[in-house]
Amino acid sequence: MASATQEITAEDLHGPDPAVSATGTPRLTGFVVFVLSFAFALVFWQAVSVSGVVREQDLPSMTATMGELWGLVQTGSFWTAFLQTARGWAIGLGLATLLAVPIGIVLGLSDLAGRAFRVPVEFLRPIPSAALIPLLFLTLGPTLQSEVFLAAFGAFWPILVQTMYGVRDVDPVAIDTARSFGVPKRERLWRITLPSAVPYIATGMRIASAVALILAFTAELFMGTPGLGKLLNYAQSYGLTTQLYALALATGALGVGTHLLFTTVERRALRWHPSQRVEAV
Amino acid sequence: MRGRSHETVKVAAEIVVPIAIVVVWELWARSADSQFWPPPSKIVQEFNDLWVFEQFRSDVVPSLMRILLGFGIGSAVGVAIGVPLGMSLWARKFAMPQIEYWRAMPPPALLPISVLLLHSIGNLQKVSFIAFFCIFPVLLNTIDGIRGLDPTLVDTARAYGIPAHERIRRIVLPAAFPQISAGMRISLSLAVIIMVVAEYFSSTSGVGYVLLISKNTFQLGPMWAAILLIGVIGYVLNLAYMLAERRMLAWHRGWRAATPQ
Amino acid sequence: MLEISDVAKSYGSGGKVTHALRSISFSIAERELVCVVGPSGCGKTTLLKCIAGLMRPTRGEVVLHGKPVTAPPEEMAVVFQEYNRSLMPWSTVRNNVLLPLRHKKLSKDERTRLVEESLEAVGLTRFIDHYPWQLSGGMQQRVAIARALAYQPLILLMDEPFASVDAQTRGDLEDLVLRVRDEFGITILFVTHDIDESVYLSDRIVVLTHAPTVVKEVVRVELPSPRDQIATKELPEFATQRAYVYRLIKHDTTAPAPSTLVGEGLHD
Repeated sequence: MASATQEITAEDLHGPDPAVSATGTPRLTGFVVFVLSFAFALVFWQAVSVSGVVREQDLPSMTATMGELWGLVQTGSFWTAFLQTARGWAIGLGLATLLAVPIGIVLGLSDLAGRAFRVPVEFLRPIPSAALIPLLFLTLGPTLQSEVFLAAFGAFWPILVQTMYGVRDVDPVAIDTARSFGVPKRERLWRITLPSAVPYIATGMRIASAVALILAFTAELFMGTPGLGKLLNYAQSYGLTTQLYALALATGALGVGTHLLFTTVERRALRWHPSQRVEAV
Repeated sequence: MRGRSHETVKVAAEIVVPIAIVVVWELWARSADSQFWPPPSKIVQEFNDLWVFEQFRSDVVPSLMRILLGFGIGSAVGVAIGVPLGMSLWARKFAMPQIEYWRAMPPPALLPISVLLLHSIGNLQKVSFIAFFCIFPVLLNTIDGIRGLDPTLVDTARAYGIPAHERIRRIVLPAAFPQISAGMRISLSLAVIIMVVAEYFSSTSGVGYVLLISKNTFQLGPMWAAILLIGVIGYVLNLAYMLAERRMLAWHRGWRAATPQ
Repeated sequence: MLEISDVAKSYGSGGKVTHALRSISFSIAERELVCVVGPSGCGKTTLLKCIAGLMRPTRGEVVLHGKPVTAPPEEMAVVFQEYNRSLMPWSTVRNNVLLPLRHKKLSKDERTRLVEESLEAVGLTRFIDHYPWQLSGGMQQRVAIARALAYQPLILLMDEPFASVDAQTRGDLEDLVLRVRDEFGITILFVTHDIDESVYLSDRIVVLTHAPTVVKEVVRVELPSPRDQIATKELPEFATQRAYVYRLIKHDTTAPAPSTLVGEGLHD
């Protein structure tokens, strides 16, 4: 995982953390520990609910929740909602990428443009997209458009900022070498600057992916746009506690899935550039 | 595109462009005259009416308290868990699957559960909810920072027989602090967002609550003022943190500048 | 005082074993300054870490004052090559030197006294409240030496401490080491790849072979004390001794041994 500062990362010094990646330890041991870790957590949960420290109506037992989850997974409506959330996430993230990467390249390459828009960007960045939910609710209503807009708005900024950093952080020696060989500007951009910015963009997308998912889900939860969030809201309103927990777990799984996807993408992108230092937002 | 543009043109652009954007927005909003998109001037006016001391104490202060407490507790827990995990490979192997799961969990998914388990929507629920999610950026960065500890430093500590508690206090934590601080900065921004979401979901006070009420009563003025305020809070907190960090990490900048990496 | 017997270190297992050290044996007497030299990659640092108790040898033992070394002993201090990575950049020079003293049973006044005295011995009193990275490389290494001195060890291990320092500063630091040995009566084990340095500093030199490493020869250095960077190096004996050690390392055993040398051969 890329570190969040421009430090020499632990990964540079010691290689990838054997606790996290599959490369440092024999596959079997790693897998066993992985399973044990979750098994332990599940057993702990069961122990807590059985002991009665927390009431059954507040914390359903692990077995009951798993049963509920298993039941849900076999229903069509669950998967419809699951895919709806995934759809909102994907379109929002895709839209943000399509906009943020080109704009980021322009702002990163042109000192004039970058500085001209520095203040607006710095001003709009800190606004949490979640605060726009009521506005979207009143204007666009509980629709896919609202969800996508929200997810895209939130995902836009990390990708923009990382793209700008990436484009600016090109090794000047590489550029100068190309210039001295008479490589034209367009080719320099295409063959040196952009490839060198790819790891940064990958990091930006990893961050943006998490943001987009949270926002898509939040839109569903608060506005009632179809999806897992809406199901969760429903379960809460009707006191379906076990379903509440099962849905939360399923949402977590979706979160882990998307996170793994982009962590892999990021790692692949970073592998081409062993000397890259990547900065998180 | 690395411009030959003069410095003066750039400075002019830096000043003119934001102003131009605001002016265009103002003119467009006035002509469109939509209740949903008030002009900036009106937003600022609403902002003043609402926050400049009118509802400051009743809403802004509770929100700020929740952010800061949640952030503080979450960061402290993140470091406390991160240190032993950073130092022990096997502890990490065992804990990482769990950590990776919870850090990827979208916070709103746990909102109803949080309210349910704590039987309340008061400050304890809010702060604990914020704190829980603030743990992870700090935790992960603490682990990273500790793993990045220079082996020569570790050898030095061992050679001089420095006991564990001294080692952690005087070597491990200061060495990892730049990384921990980066994690804390992320946690702080996260705290703001989670605060808004948690208050919007269920609360009787706070900026998020105002946001909700303004939606329910169809009052766009206070809504925009709330949005603006949330942006301002996020910006100011981040700025304050960076200033504090700059002072605390002065040694780090000096050291990096003086040392060929 | 320090007895190294049949120390060996291997890495890996099964088919892929690397024998870094095959068998090392030598001893060091009180107040001696002994250098360890050898071709690059012969495992000098590995040996030093085994002696310092930072690493467990695969075989053999290290005995200090009759007690085997299994963990870093209290009577021993180490100075590493990379000074900027062994000093804490977030602390002042004073606090860096103070760190190893904090867990020793000393009063606050005694600690302050030790810190100030050791910094004076290395000539850095003026910089006591600076940060290490504000100082030059040579000065930083002096801080590391001061830290070792304040610790009041009986034996000081130095792992190529002046390799990263420029040549002229190196001369000053070498003289500092000699002075420190005379003033404080410390025994010193000095690892280096610089043959001139080893001849200049030592009472005896342990010459290692390349991996799998053994002691090729222990050479007694017969040069007058006190040593001087100019006068001593002008002596013809310096050149012959230096050449002898150089040839040992380059495996040239055809050269006749100069008359001023007494070799304690411990061949494999």
